[in-house]
Amino acid sequence: MVQLITPAGERVSHPEYDPWVKDVSDEQLCSLYEDLVVIRRIDKEATALQRQGELGLWPPLLGQEASQVGSVRALRDDDFIFPSYRENGVAYCRGVDVKDILRVWRGAASGGWDPYKFNLAIPQIVIGAQTLHATGYAMGIQNDGADSAAIVYFGDGATSEGDVSEAMVFAASYQVPLVFFCQNNHWAISEPVRVQSHTQLVERGTGFGIPSMRIDGNDVLAVMAATRVALDRARRGGGPTFIEAVTYRMGPHTTADDPTRYRDPNELEDWAAKDPIGRVHALLDRKGLFTEEFETSVRTKADAVARDLRAGCVGMPDPEPLDVFKHVYSTPNSWLDRQQDHYSRYLASFGDPEAAEQEEGAR
Amino acid sequence: MMQMTFARALNSGLRRSLDNDPKVILMGEDIGTLGGVFRVTDGLQKDFGKHRVVDTPLAESGIVGTAVGLAYRGYRPVVEIQFDGFVYPAFDQIVSQVAKMHYRSRGTVKMPITIRIPFGGGIGSPEHHSESPEAYFAHTAGLRVVTPASPQDAHTMIQQAIACDDPVVFFEPKRRYHDKGEVDETLDPNSAPPMGQARVVTDGSDVTLVAYGPLVKTARDAATAAADEGVSVEVIDLRSLAPVDFATVEASVRKTGRLVVTHEAGQSGGLGAEVAASITERCFYHLEAAPVRITGFDVPYPYSKVEMHHLPNLDRILDGVDRALGRPNSLSGLEG
Ligand SMILES: Cc1ncc(C[n+]2csc(CCOP(=O)(O)OP(=O)(O)O)c2C)c(N)n1
Repeated sequence: MVQLITPAGERVSHPEYDPWVKDVSDEQLCSLYEDLVVIRRIDKEATALQRQGELGLWPPLLGQEASQVGSVRALRDDDFIFPSYRENGVAYCRGVDVKDILRVWRGAASGGWDPYKFNLAIPQIVIGAQTLHATGYAMGIQNDGADSAAIVYFGDGATSEGDVSEAMVFAASYQVPLVFFCQNNHWAISEPVRVQSHTQLVERGTGFGIPSMRIDGNDVLAVMAATRVALDRARRGGGPTFIEAVTYRMGPHTTADDPTRYRDPNELEDWAAKDPIGRVHALLDRKGLFTEEFETSVRTKADAVARDLRAGCVGMPDPEPLDVFKHVYSTPNSWLDRQQDHYSRYLASFGDPEAAEQEEGAR
Repeated sequence: MMQMTFARALNSGLRRSLDNDPKVILMGEDIGTLGGVFRVTDGLQKDFGKHRVVDTPLAESGIVGTAVGLAYRGYRPVVEIQFDGFVYPAFDQIVSQVAKMHYRSRGTVKMPITIRIPFGGGIGSPEHHSESPEAYFAHTAGLRVVTPASPQDAHTMIQQAIACDDPVVFFEPKRRYHDKGEVDETLDPNSAPPMGQARVVTDGSDVTLVAYGPLVKTARDAATAAADEGVSVEVIDLRSLAPVDFATVEASVRKTGRLVVTHEAGQSGGLGAEVAASITERCFYHLEAAPVRITGFDVPYPYSKVEMHHLPNLDRILDGVDRALGRPNSLSGLEG
């Protein structure tokens, strides 16, 4: 397993991967640390917002910060990302307004941002479906003769879905510029990774003829190095790469889940010792970079983002009733127009629309 | 008799089937240690073991496809699809294999597979967690499609579905999982009304209101509200969506002369269209008004902040009842 920073914060050398991060300056290392901390803060704040009834649901990424930051920070702006529902740290790094990240989880929209503005697809809930979309997108890149790449995020559970196998078949056959980025966080809701695979997940890629790497997913530098290796191969026409980032989901699957029903608390403790933030903190400390001033600046940043997040969430206006009918088709549809007309009349039949809306209880 | 939730009643029914027939085997994602995301299979793996209550890989086509093989070998698989919106990866196995195997093998291979699917909305979930895909399956020959609406029906119908030699798509109204009702756990499923039979839930004489699954409760509430206004609504719980027990609906409409059908699924090509057309054929001369459909809209299931507009509720159903009765309603004065 590729590792460049140990859990104790020691920078270990790796002849094959070191060259890929030798340009990472102290300043950049500090900025990666800031990303990790801010993302953890976003996660905490969003979880609190869910508990307070402001969000319908939230999928925490606690523990997976390094996998997300290391990989997304290796990309160029013209590389296209296909995320699952858990890549909210990726969305933050890509510049999506934190309030827009929450939109979907608040139930106020089906997609929170314009994919073409950030080269970031809307989140995918159907397990594994996005791997095929990413493969198709990468086929498009190839046809266009561009030197950009696509990356697709998915979990260990997703590797069992037929779509993921089919995506690997297509990607390998056509040698498309794509990075399969599997975050093995060890759990698919209640099912441990051994239910999904008898071998290490990294061997999935190999079986399809896709060069594969198994890396420490809690090590932001190792993740960055591996993703750069994969992107470089993609840009040079070398085809897809499979990365198994070995990490751990320290929180529940979503805010609706109760991991105490299936998870040994000792396991959590073991992984807490491998925390992705702690080790960068320790490394910066060793280098004398973790000054009080730096710490304050990171905390100030995290506080500000959390404030924006909260304000953006509670201040988000509810959608209008007739928004239900919007964007089903790009051209008028007579069936739907009729239903919308009838429903408007129905709402109007209550007289005061405000009062009518309040009376609408589906239960 | 015992008060229990819908989910608990299903659990108890599943337990009885596992107890009674060693060939019954449960499969699905998270159904073991966790007991399913809705806890319907809670405790079953502990009591029956990992080979009879199986946590499967995340592969819906794989779950149903392997159930086909198990059925070939004489098992009676009961598979859980975690949510309505995740049945589609298994759609091919269900419609091309499960549904057709008996026909293709000229009756030699039985497919006694029960496919449990929590369905419907109203629980504030993200997309793919609130759909009503029943029409896709009702349209497929070879499948039986049923949906219980009360804890007692949940308890008996799940046992009947498992005992049935045909494949059964068993839709569970997820927003009713926590509703409580009286359940007689000792009731012999063979002596209970068969799952293919519709049930008159509330007697009435002015309008027949047909509902199923999650909306049976809403329909019953609407009937109570209508009674306050002096309108007598007969509520029918369809229970079986394929085949539909038209005889029960027909008898009611011959009496009332008016038909309203309600479901959460979008209107076009839905079960409501089938009921309206078939009843019109069967009792055209008894109808006093055109059948009325009160359904979800033909839109993807909307995000939770507006789902209450999409879902038929008591007021929308009453508005439909007014339409069927020719009383003032939201569409009064509108032609066509
Ligand atoms: C096709 C499909 N089946 C089932 C589900 C329900 N579901 C949501 S998340 C999940 C577990 C996913 O685990 P994994 O792929 O390891 O990703 P993680 O959530 O751990 O990041 C399941 C079963 C789904 N969303 N899509």
